[in-house]
Amino acid sequence: MALVEIENLSVEFPTQGGIMRAVDGVSLKLEEGEVLGVVGESGSGKSVTMLALMGLIPFPGRVRADKLAFNGRDLLTISDKDRRKLTGKDVAMIFQEPTTSLNPSFTVGFQLTETLRLHEGMDRKAAERRAVELLGQVGIPSPESRLSAYPHQMSGGMNQRVMIAMAIACNPKLLIADEPTTALDVTIQAQILDLLISLQKERNMGLVMITHNMGVVADTAKRVMVMYAGQIMEERSADDLFASPQHPYTAALLAALPERSEGGRLATIPGVVPGLYDRPKGCLFSPRCAYATEHSRNVRPTLKPWAGGHIRCHYPLGDPNRDAEIQHDHPVGTEAAS
Amino acid sequence: MAAPPFSVLAMLRFILTRVSLIIPTFIGITLLAFFLIRLVPGDPIETLAGERGIDPARHEQLRKEYGFDKPIIVQYGIYLARVLQGDLGKSMITQEPVLNEFSSLFPATIELALCAIIFALVLGLPAGIIAAIRRNSIFDHGVMGISLAGYSMPIFWWGLILILLFSVQFDLTPVSGRIDVLYYIEPITGFLLIDTLLSDEPEAFWSAVNHLILPTIVLGTVPLAVIARMTRSAMLEVLGEDYIRTAKAKGLSRFRIVALHALRNALIPVVTVIGLQIGVLFTGAILTETIFSWPGVGKWLIDAIFRRDYPVLQGGALLLGVVVMSVNLLVDLAYGLINPRIRHTR
Ligand SMILES: Nc1ncnc2c1ncn2[C@@H]1O[C@H](COP(=O)(O)OP(=O)(O)O)[C@@H](O)[C@H]1O
Ligand code: SF4
Ligand SMILES: [Mg+2]
Repeated sequence: MALVEIENLSVEFPTQGGIMRAVDGVSLKLEEGEVLGVVGESGSGKSVTMLALMGLIPFPGRVRADKLAFNGRDLLTISDKDRRKLTGKDVAMIFQEPTTSLNPSFTVGFQLTETLRLHEGMDRKAAERRAVELLGQVGIPSPESRLSAYPHQMSGGMNQRVMIAMAIACNPKLLIADEPTTALDVTIQAQILDLLISLQKERNMGLVMITHNMGVVADTAKRVMVMYAGQIMEERSADDLFASPQHPYTAALLAALPERSEGGRLATIPGVVPGLYDRPKGCLFSPRCAYATEHSRNVRPTLKPWAGGHIRCHYPLGDPNRDAEIQHDHPVGTEAAS
Repeated sequence: MAAPPFSVLAMLRFILTRVSLIIPTFIGITLLAFFLIRLVPGDPIETLAGERGIDPARHEQLRKEYGFDKPIIVQYGIYLARVLQGDLGKSMITQEPVLNEFSSLFPATIELALCAIIFALVLGLPAGIIAAIRRNSIFDHGVMGISLAGYSMPIFWWGLILILLFSVQFDLTPVSGRIDVLYYIEPITGFLLIDTLLSDEPEAFWSAVNHLILPTIVLGTVPLAVIARMTRSAMLEVLGEDYIRTAKAKGLSRFRIVALHALRNALIPVVTVIGLQIGVLFTGAILTETIFSWPGVGKWLIDAIFRRDYPVLQGGALLLGVVVMSVNLLVDLAYGLINPRIRHTR
């Protein structure tokens, strides 16, 4: 039994301008102890996908799926009460902005022991002892004195460590880290990533690392899921993906990595992720894709098995017949580039 | 290193700055009270003499006695010098020291003001919270509509409507005073709600409660409206914060999230607004006491205007000013207590 099973997940937000489809038919399986990287530009639906798994989609968002299960529990039919027993205990999440993610009016100790008292039924003393242990485990110096500190008295990096301590407090089977280092200084970023990886190994916990930075994925994940405009574009093992990306979008993301840029110039993908109004009829990436054809503009590719993973493109980069097919389907190139 | 959660030094410095601000305000009040009352035509001597009038020679003599013949600036100087020595003078009508009159009447005002603010909090906080978590519901629209009406309600008119309805039409509540004339309650605390319970006539308590109902509603309406609206908007803002998402991700109950994690932060602006309402509350108390013949400092001040009782008006305004400033200071300190970020930066 997989730890996480998601089939055909869609999340929609009704807005004034119409229905915003933030997640569009995402399917995903995650085994116990597996590390999955979820990459894509900002606005690709990475956060919303994982918030749906956590049951944290804010009103009036709508979640639909053929299957949404965690550790064998059906999350589509689970009661709110049972759901709360899972959330924060067996599956935990940390966020991009550690400082605003902690409550400014309560001490670190209060916020940390709160989880322990709720899910583990500890009394105050026991919870405090455990909280000190946890703060030590996430690398916070003199943890005892930190219990009475408020979030605004600590740095972003320290606050993220507190968030991590809070998340791992009840030994979750799955930790979702949503851009955990994006808001931090570069030097701190590596420390936090190292911490997450070592905690994951120690506890054999499932880890979903959400990021818009391919570099972060390269350092952490075994398997990578590339998202774009709410859809999965490519999904395969990290090694394969980095060695030979199959989707033009993945390739473009990799080309934008500083260490892969040619002549010191940072390659960026022209254009932006489509929003509510400019969602293309065919392939969602077609307005920005250098290989777009009449066919890909009109017919949306499905996610199909390819090269040991999955890909959503009519012309996978590793397909030997690719050039001929593109020629046959009338290449149009990028709108953004023209 | 974690800073200590509570810095006594910072607190002291804060209080000192605030107290130093009190002095100019204090002088401002003496100036206003002193000159404004003198702009009103007529003087206390004429008022004292009443309908019969007064013989001009005697009038002149009395004016001299009270020092009203001196240039107005000199009069102000003399007054200020006395105030600085702690002498607020005597009422020209009753000959009682102003301070004594004030302190015997003030508990009635405080009792009314406290009841009004408690009324406003008890209804306004839950109404604002529920309106926020049920945003755009009928309840939300209802609360917002009613509070807008309450906010714009002229106190005098509102008081008269309530009297007409509850006292005249249904004969449910008394029209004036603090307690039924049947009872004599020895003042111990000055608060009738407490003194009646300490007395040997506990049923007098209900009479006091009955007398408090309408004035409390009238005086509490504006603060109620303000608190409900402020609580709602503060709650709405706080509920969208990242730390509320964290609280949900921890699996906390909805009640705990709203009542603890959200409310604790939403209360910060609400407390500020309550602090700002204190001054408004005393202004409202003056009107409310006049409508309901409530024997507090508000009615006393209004009567003093009609009698041109200069010392009472000047002293009363000054004492009320001091009270409002002290309460505001207390509210600011409370603000620091509930807002750790402020506490540490001061
Ligand atoms: N509460 C919401 N209401 C409306 N739209 C939302 C909401 N949350 C997210 N979205 C939209 O969903 C899309 C995906 O968002 P998100 O998952 O946060 O992207 P990212 O990949 O950067 O994490 C974005 O276009 C965003 O504007
Ligand atoms: S389907 Fe066409 S437009 Fe879409 S990613 Fe593939 S090549 Fe580009
Ligand atoms: Mg995101």
